[in-house]
Amino acid sequence: MSERTELAQNAAGRSVPTMVNGKPQIPFLGVGQYQPRGRKTAPPICSSRDYPENGDKRVTNLETALRNCGLRNGMVISNHHHLRDGDRVALMALEAAAKIGVKDLMWFPSASFPSQKAAIELMQSGVIHHIEGSMNGPLGDYCTQGKMRGMGVLRSHGGRWQAIQDGEVHIDVAVIAAPTADAFGNADGSHGKSACGSLGFALADSTYADRVIVVTDNLVLFPCVPWQIQGNNVDFVVEVESIGDPAKIVSGTTQITRSPDRLRIAEFVARFLRDAGIMRNGFSFQAGAGGIALAFVDYLRRMMKEDSVKARFVRGGSTKFLVELLQEGLTDYILDGQTFDLDGVKSIGSDPRHVATSPFTSYNYHGKGNFASLVDAVVLGATEVDVNFNANVVTHSDGRLLHGIGGWQNCLAAGCTILAVPSFRDRIPVIIDEVTTLTGPGELIDVVATERGIAINPRRQDLLDAVKGSSLPIRPIQEIKAEVERICGGKPARPKLGDRPVAVVKWVDGTVLDTIWQCA
Amino acid sequence: MSSVNTLAIPRPAEAGHWGKEVRSDLHVAIEPRDRGGLEITLESRVGIYYGSSILSQTRQVLESLGVKHARISIHDEGALPFVISARIETAVKRAGLSGNQKALPEERIALPKPTPRDRLRRSRLYLPGSEPKYFINAGLHGADAIILDLEDSVHHGEKDAARILVRNTLHAIDFGSCERMVRINQLPLGLQDLTEVIPEQPDLILIPKVERPEQISQTDRMIDELKSRDRIDRPIWLMPIVESAVGIENAFAIATASPNVCALTIGLEDYTADIGVAKTLEARESQYARTRLVNAAKAAGIQAIDSVFGDVGDLAGLQQWGENSRALGFEGMGCIHPSQIPVIHQAFAPSQIEVDKALKIVAAFEEAQQRGLAVVSLGSKMIDPPVVERARKLVARAKAMEKA
Repeated sequence: MSERTELAQNAAGRSVPTMVNGKPQIPFLGVGQYQPRGRKTAPPICSSRDYPENGDKRVTNLETALRNCGLRNGMVISNHHHLRDGDRVALMALEAAAKIGVKDLMWFPSASFPSQKAAIELMQSGVIHHIEGSMNGPLGDYCTQGKMRGMGVLRSHGGRWQAIQDGEVHIDVAVIAAPTADAFGNADGSHGKSACGSLGFALADSTYADRVIVVTDNLVLFPCVPWQIQGNNVDFVVEVESIGDPAKIVSGTTQITRSPDRLRIAEFVARFLRDAGIMRNGFSFQAGAGGIALAFVDYLRRMMKEDSVKARFVRGGSTKFLVELLQEGLTDYILDGQTFDLDGVKSIGSDPRHVATSPFTSYNYHGKGNFASLVDAVVLGATEVDVNFNANVVTHSDGRLLHGIGGWQNCLAAGCTILAVPSFRDRIPVIIDEVTTLTGPGELIDVVATERGIAINPRRQDLLDAVKGSSLPIRPIQEIKAEVERICGGKPARPKLGDRPVAVVKWVDGTVLDTIWQCA
Repeated sequence: MSSVNTLAIPRPAEAGHWGKEVRSDLHVAIEPRDRGGLEITLESRVGIYYGSSILSQTRQVLESLGVKHARISIHDEGALPFVISARIETAVKRAGLSGNQKALPEERIALPKPTPRDRLRRSRLYLPGSEPKYFINAGLHGADAIILDLEDSVHHGEKDAARILVRNTLHAIDFGSCERMVRINQLPLGLQDLTEVIPEQPDLILIPKVERPEQISQTDRMIDELKSRDRIDRPIWLMPIVESAVGIENAFAIATASPNVCALTIGLEDYTADIGVAKTLEARESQYARTRLVNAAKAAGIQAIDSVFGDVGDLAGLQQWGENSRALGFEGMGCIHPSQIPVIHQAFAPSQIEVDKALKIVAAFEEAQQRGLAVVSLGSKMIDPPVVERARKLVARAKAMEKA
């Protein structure tokens, strides 16, 4: 990082590096403007003669498996994050790599979690060169303080798949934590003591990595049914005592917020869907597992019952609240990207209408379409929104890394994108003049719902017309902003960001949307 | 009460709260000294955005309070300006550094119109007077009123702080269409509360533990004095809270003790304790007290308002309680969480059948008037004048609720 990074201005007016970790970059060209050509990448040809005829691919431990995979200095090692903050496998793999003396790895998780902060020591000791994947908490601080050797690359779930498919990231070894697996490598996430539901984030890794290791704490006799990961893609299977801490993999019960302000926002969003006519027979929506999103589902469910409306499908992250919709016949299907609580895990493991999806089906830019644009409405959060409806979801207002992008960017393709946010947090206004870090272009964000009113993007005259006559407080975004600034005692001072890029935010197509700058 | 402070020897003092769980508040520690000017240290959760604004506000407040030499250390958890002023003023007064000066927030809301004596008072949302985080959005939830509480929800040692905070809140926070109520402490402590809050012109004062009409006249006199001192000519209504056996027996005298009394309400926790019974969901133990209170209020031509329903999780129970209340003649009740507001409004709303019937009666009456008939009839039924009057009230109330 000693050499100066060249910067270019992208179509969103943001200054972004033209080289990241030695690879040339394309600055963001505008939504839907970038059209890559060529062929997708592929893993090396292998032959079944090289694999045991009895299908038993077990080796004694991860160290052996990594050695057998030929792990070397500078390679890329990947993990999925379906075990969330309870995951033990990623650190196990990285520590095993340290033991065999490998250096300068690029760690490529589908997301990192605070419990993996030991990765900092592995960066300090040189085992990991840098991380491409979401970073928050201690890892996020390490990156934003400029201590990481390479640049962080933040991608959406769909963007990660895109980067793997078009060869931007080549995975040398994928280490896949599996709540259930057989010795052949078939693996499933919805059963076993460490059950996490879907394993969708690991699918790309299993099909595109040169080498694939499955790590399980619940080895069953062949066949492991159902299989989400196909053993035909797997090189080695390692059995361990525990792949994770079940208490942190899924929450026992997901809780609706009790904050009156957040409940009010949730109710506004549900009423908006109803009053705008989006809530109608056969519709679809997606909402996450945050407090506001859960409360929204609860309000919407009551309105759907009142109006006898049924959805065709809902998209998870699934929770008890979506499962109840399914059980009450208020939706035909749950198309589930990740499973957040015990009710979700139980349902995906037993109800054929609760279907595991992957970023390929849902989000991938290089797919022949994806599900995200088939969803009628999506409810998302954000740390900041600006008066042009651009939003930030990855950094605090002071530029420190806060969240991964997750599926957030991909979801913006929905028919109606709603950000459900409080108008201020701890005196810090959420609606501001310009976002600190651009994560989602305003042209894709349709509605900002706060406790003080709902702002509709002027580009969506159809939505403005649809809610005419509704009792909802529809207000210009500027007006809500001015009111909040009055409450907060004036505009907040702009934080001073550094001038050295420490990470980039990719758009769903692989172009560079914005830069994370070093801050103290 | 003011001279005590000015004569006190300056001493270190503190006010407010900080910590990981604290939101929208701050902690101020002040150490008076003889020379050396002001030395301010600030740690703030929002320092990057509002640090310099907080520092300049601190200097301004100290200056307006006449503090010239002191060390001040502030831990801020994202407090809004009206809270910052209040906490600094409290610390300064506790330190014995200031007498009667006030540090009112710079921003002042446009004073809402005075509220009519008989306005809708279905729901009133209690806000603990020492918890600023609840204040700012309290007006959004559609309650007919908010109550800034200085009494039971405020710890003894925090009465002075809450008084100043509530005063600043009335000055700076827009509660929308909510009536702005303050519950003062029992007299005589409540009189100090009045001195602080009346200049900010709340719409209504709740007086707790009223047993005798004299308590009302004493409060009324004090408010009158403060109003004329500050040339305030809008009404400030009184709502006595009756919460003892003696109070119930004196309910009519209390209701008629001042023309400013616009409603009587009952405090059931204290009342049931006073008569030595448990408070139950069925409320048979307070049936007499509640009907007696309703009767006294109606006899005095004012509103009767019920107590609060304490179980925030039990919305069905609340609905039932509210419907029963309304059937007894109450016109509203208190709430301790915004989720109770819509349930209460529904419980106190007349049903569509009642409204339709009332509309028919009023229409029949108007028709009879036009035709110069002395007797009003609807179908085969004769309608007495009180029935018409009740129907008119119900229609007016239903219309007001429609708008509310």
